[in-house]
Amino acid sequence: METLKAIAKKSPIWIAYLAALLGLPLVFDSILAISIFNQMAIGIVFALSYNMLLGQGGMLSFGHAVYFGLGGFLAVHTLILIEFETVYFSIIFIPVIGGVIGLLAAIFIGSFSTRKAGTVFAMISLGIGELIAASSLIFSDFFGGEAGISGDRTYGPTFFGVDFTQNDQIYYVAAIWVFIATLFMYLFTQTPAGRMANAVRDNPERAQFIGYSSRRIRFISFCASGLFAGIAGGLFALNYEFITEENLNAATSGRVLLMAYIGGLGYFIGPIIGAVVLTLMNSLLSNYTELWMLYLGIMFLLTVIYLPRGFAGFIMMHQVAWINNRIKSLGVPYLLIGLPSLVLLAGIIAMVEMSDHEGEAFYYFGFKLNPESFVTWAVVLVISLSAYAGVRAALPQLKQAWESANAVPDSEDPKS
Amino acid sequence: MLEVFVFATLNGLVTGLLLFMLASGLTLIFSMMGVLNFAHASFYMLGAYFAYSISLKTGFWVGLIFAPLLVGVLGALVERYGLRRVHRSGHVAELVFTFGLAFLIDEAVQFFWGADTKNYRSPDILDFPLFTMFGQEFPAYRGFMIGISVMIFIALYYVLTKSRVGIIIQAAITHPNTVANLGHNVPLIFMGVFGVGTALAGLAGVIAGPVLTTFPGMALVLGSIVFVIVVIGGLGSLPGALIASLLVGLLQSYAIASDVGMPELLELIGVSFDRNHPLNDLWTLSLPQIAPILPYLLLVLVLIFRPAGLLGKREE
Repeated sequence: METLKAIAKKSPIWIAYLAALLGLPLVFDSILAISIFNQMAIGIVFALSYNMLLGQGGMLSFGHAVYFGLGGFLAVHTLILIEFETVYFSIIFIPVIGGVIGLLAAIFIGSFSTRKAGTVFAMISLGIGELIAASSLIFSDFFGGEAGISGDRTYGPTFFGVDFTQNDQIYYVAAIWVFIATLFMYLFTQTPAGRMANAVRDNPERAQFIGYSSRRIRFISFCASGLFAGIAGGLFALNYEFITEENLNAATSGRVLLMAYIGGLGYFIGPIIGAVVLTLMNSLLSNYTELWMLYLGIMFLLTVIYLPRGFAGFIMMHQVAWINNRIKSLGVPYLLIGLPSLVLLAGIIAMVEMSDHEGEAFYYFGFKLNPESFVTWAVVLVISLSAYAGVRAALPQLKQAWESANAVPDSEDPKS
Repeated sequence: MLEVFVFATLNGLVTGLLLFMLASGLTLIFSMMGVLNFAHASFYMLGAYFAYSISLKTGFWVGLIFAPLLVGVLGALVERYGLRRVHRSGHVAELVFTFGLAFLIDEAVQFFWGADTKNYRSPDILDFPLFTMFGQEFPAYRGFMIGISVMIFIALYYVLTKSRVGIIIQAAITHPNTVANLGHNVPLIFMGVFGVGTALAGLAGVIAGPVLTTFPGMALVLGSIVFVIVVIGGLGSLPGALIASLLVGLLQSYAIASDVGMPELLELIGVSFDRNHPLNDLWTLSLPQIAPILPYLLLVLVLIFRPAGLLGKREE
């Protein structure tokens, strides 16, 4: 009863989440926006399923794309079956197929890989990921070799007259699935199995002492994670109508790790933030620069070093200040450090881009930069250095403001 | 048949020893800090690229000496300013950091050197057949690779077991606090070991670059296999890493050189399948075809049946 009440209390958040998911295409209705939203939908489910493993269960996996990819491949095969009328049902249920396949794969692989957490688990997941990715190139009848396989989602019965020829129609299907998947993944964290997953992550020995098999707990989380990764794979198949070996190899496994980590492990909302940010970077930044992967790598390393709990962790750092009602006092120091930081960032990016454009001038925020001119380099360098000085100068003030905002008030007793 | 066997063995030995050069550094770093360095193969790639750039100006031999040194310094800097900060956030963060570093180095290499294959060549001096057997030539450069690897192995073994530095390192692996109390600078030792480990990887890159081609994907090709080796051999065990390297090198080399597969096997037991059978891929599988996945198969089997690896210590 208590948990139900707690969930009911959070229902406004869920309604807002659903409204945001369904309302986004009404605000941004360009073709590019819809395709980005579709990618986000896939990313959110995939990253959340990864967080079940790493954030909640403490299992670092380097082969999570296996469940995503296998689910996706079976989903495309199902699309082909629907096309040739071997089976007959609406394509909106395709993610179920993906989920079931992900679950079955996770049950099989988890039966031996979840014996240990830590490095052993990470290495098994890496081995299995490489094994399946390499096998997928060998068994080209099923996986289609390097070209992959493709289907067509417009066959099969229409769903209340919708035939899914447009990307925005698919987006609504994806949005509903994202909502369902997010809700169930959240509910999973509230079940005893989800709670015990946290316990086993933090201290497997103690969990054993109070009578739980830590292996079994890990196995349950692992299977649930495989299920949702498979659903994400099914969504991928619906959106792109094709899938290749790349979707189950190490690159995809790495990307989901990036998403979950940048967003913030350990917070339920973290992977959602990560999926949104990374998809945006992926689709928008790649229009402007060929080096976006380099920037992504730098951002990732900086996040690991300075924000070990990700973006979500950074937001949650302000909880104390918020409760103390002192969040406003941080505004000015943040502004003072934020502006020079942005200028510094822009300066560094300008220098990187100038070294990449071999001798060709290009436009950057409306300024024409010529990599061959000494003056341009000098100006950019001076701006960057002064911005750096500005950051250094603003740092002590921020530190002081931060400390006073987070100080426990000593006049009144905080009620706990 | 014999000639195939002899050359497969020699090639397997070259690959195995090369893998060991990477695996030895990785193992040392792991036993010291408990971190599996995901970026290890990226340092190997950097070695090849540095050596390529140096060799353009001064020739192969200068690159052989300076490229590993550069890589080692870079590795030490990464440890000092990256890994040491992340260490506070725990092991997962460290693993993820090295993973991100591998990603970044791959991108940086493409940024500085471009995405195309570099024409990094072995020195002309070594451009002759070392010996001719069964009408086939064995290039001197491969012999040189074997020689360098063996020399490094002997030097490493000697330094670690006989020298004063080696004894301090070994003590710092098992009892870092005691070593610190005796007045040794343990973080400096860690940094040094990380630097030497990455320098070894760089050296492997320098000598492997001309043979395995120098291109931005070369870290990816070898990276996961080196991991496999370290895990199969037993985490933290140098002799285990040597055995596993040779095992994987020879296994792959024999598999590629062999010409048996499912068709031959099925013929042997008198079964045949139609070409249009839905599992046609499975029935026509051959050993050379599955050579790339053999190490991973071995890894999964070892982890299931002997999780500590061949020579690893059993976990309490």
